[in-house]
Amino acid sequence: MRVSEEEVRRVAELARLAFSEAELRQLAGEFNRILEAFAKLNEVDTTGVPPTAHVLKVKNRFRADQVRPSLPRAEALGNANAVKDGSFVAPLIME
Amino acid sequence: MKFEAVIGLEVHAELSTASKIFCACATKYGAEANTQTCPVCLGLPGTLPVLNEKAVEYCIRAGLALNCRIADFSKLDRKNYFYPDLPKAYQISQYDLPLCRDGFLTLASGKRIGITRIHIEEDAGKLMHSPEGEGFSLVDYNRAGVPLIEIVTAPDLATPEEAVEFLEKLRRILIYLGISDCKMEEGSLRCDANISLKPAGAETLGTKTELKNINSFKALGRALAYEIERQAELLAEGKTVKQETRKWEEAKQRTLSLRSKEDTQDYRYFPDPDLVPVELDQAYVAAIAASLPELPEAKKRRLIEEYKLPEYDADLLTGSRHLADFFEAVLKDYCNPKAASNFIMGELFRLMGEEGLAPEALALNPAHLADILRRIDQGELSVSQGKKVFEKAFRTGASPAEIIAAEGLRQISDEASLRTVVTQVLAAHPQSVNDYLNGKTKVAQFLTGQVMRETKGQANPQLIKELLEEELAKLRP
Ligand SMILES: [Zn+2]
Repeated sequence: MRVSEEEVRRVAELARLAFSEAELRQLAGEFNRILEAFAKLNEVDTTGVPPTAHVLKVKNRFRADQVRPSLPRAEALGNANAVKDGSFVAPLIME
Repeated sequence: MKFEAVIGLEVHAELSTASKIFCACATKYGAEANTQTCPVCLGLPGTLPVLNEKAVEYCIRAGLALNCRIADFSKLDRKNYFYPDLPKAYQISQYDLPLCRDGFLTLASGKRIGITRIHIEEDAGKLMHSPEGEGFSLVDYNRAGVPLIEIVTAPDLATPEEAVEFLEKLRRILIYLGISDCKMEEGSLRCDANISLKPAGAETLGTKTELKNINSFKALGRALAYEIERQAELLAEGKTVKQETRKWEEAKQRTLSLRSKEDTQDYRYFPDPDLVPVELDQAYVAAIAASLPELPEAKKRRLIEEYKLPEYDADLLTGSRHLADFFEAVLKDYCNPKAASNFIMGELFRLMGEEGLAPEALALNPAHLADILRRIDQGELSVSQGKKVFEKAFRTGASPAEIIAAEGLRQISDEASLRTVVTQVLAAHPQSVNDYLNGKTKVAQFLTGQVMRETKGQANPQLIKELLEEELAKLRP
């Protein structure tokens, strides 16, 4: 399996990343080398091996349903570029 | 050409846990904007989510009540998309290994509607769009991270009526389970619908549209009916239905194209490495199964069988678990189920309607209603007096005995004293007595009214009637 520059552009769009033509070419090359490495892995017979859901062996880590104090609002909004009426201001994106 | 509709629903219900799904922030509805957030639910770098055990338990409760298979192994995945209501730019949800699968819910007709899956996920924040032209949105992340279950049905629904019945039944079950308050007006129950048409009897499915922004049961029925008509018209003209997402516009009672399939997101799901898998052992699931309350359908059947109630009564009473519990509590001290049911459906519903009171908020002591009903049956209170006492008890919480004493309400059923009043009234109205004896029996009503007036409405009407007839007969020449 090989990816084209067009596919790299699509993935970049999905991740909201912008690249120049030269960068896209370079990335396509890198992607393809990574995919070649995966192709090697694909040669392994995995019949009867369940898919990995997590690399750790740990399971079932839960917290009890208990409320603890939230951040003071001023602190929650502290990193925002713009604030209005106690809310974050974001560019208008209408659905 | 005749068409058949093929409808499936995607229902989101907010779980009524105290804290959010991956952090300890409160989930209370209606708090001031951004006062229930922390580094985890704001998606700040370096934070780690930890799964709320109650969210898992509640999802399993729903799964068991809807006859699902509960997974023994499940995990959480990231669903990636960019929208300002999502601080991390991904939503933690479940992709290929949901907690529950393959269940069903049975409609009144006996038709089974398949439940494809139920999974847990986090809710997004709330956006408030600025007035037109100003070009910004205000974002409140209080709702971000509130636990949700998403229930996906098989495309087994054939009419808008079936879809509405399904959603109503589902809502009732979730409320009985105590896992969600399911308030559509507050957004704690939300519903999207997929709908396509096919020629009657055909096997292959048509192109479907997805309907969003359905904010009430009525809107669900109307949006589906509108869409059936719209698609049928297109197909009848030989045109094709476009696969797209459409928005229900309540004000204009129509659906409008939101985005077409070409713009559909690729969510690039992958397992969330911040969360470890969930492995459920059978004993844990069995313990949850054993703790499930009696569900609405079973309760309804039992009320019909045990108390010989008509289906109509049983359906209304089981509309809320609280109401059904109230009804049964009344019957602990009172033995006529139908009379209790009538009084609840009549007087209690009327007063609750006037006060805008939800059954869950009902504070009335069931023993008080039982007491009033007994006093009516024993003739101690007339029906209208009983209603009066009930209204006072409903509004003040006072006991019937206290109210009766304070108001001096008591039906006079003592024959001797009532007979004295009757003879006095007859003596005071010789003309009416004459009229009666000359065949104008209608004046009996006037005379009854006079006795009622003398006794301040506290006389037993049945007894007045008997005594009047007796005393008038004595006066016959
Ligand atoms: Zn939080």
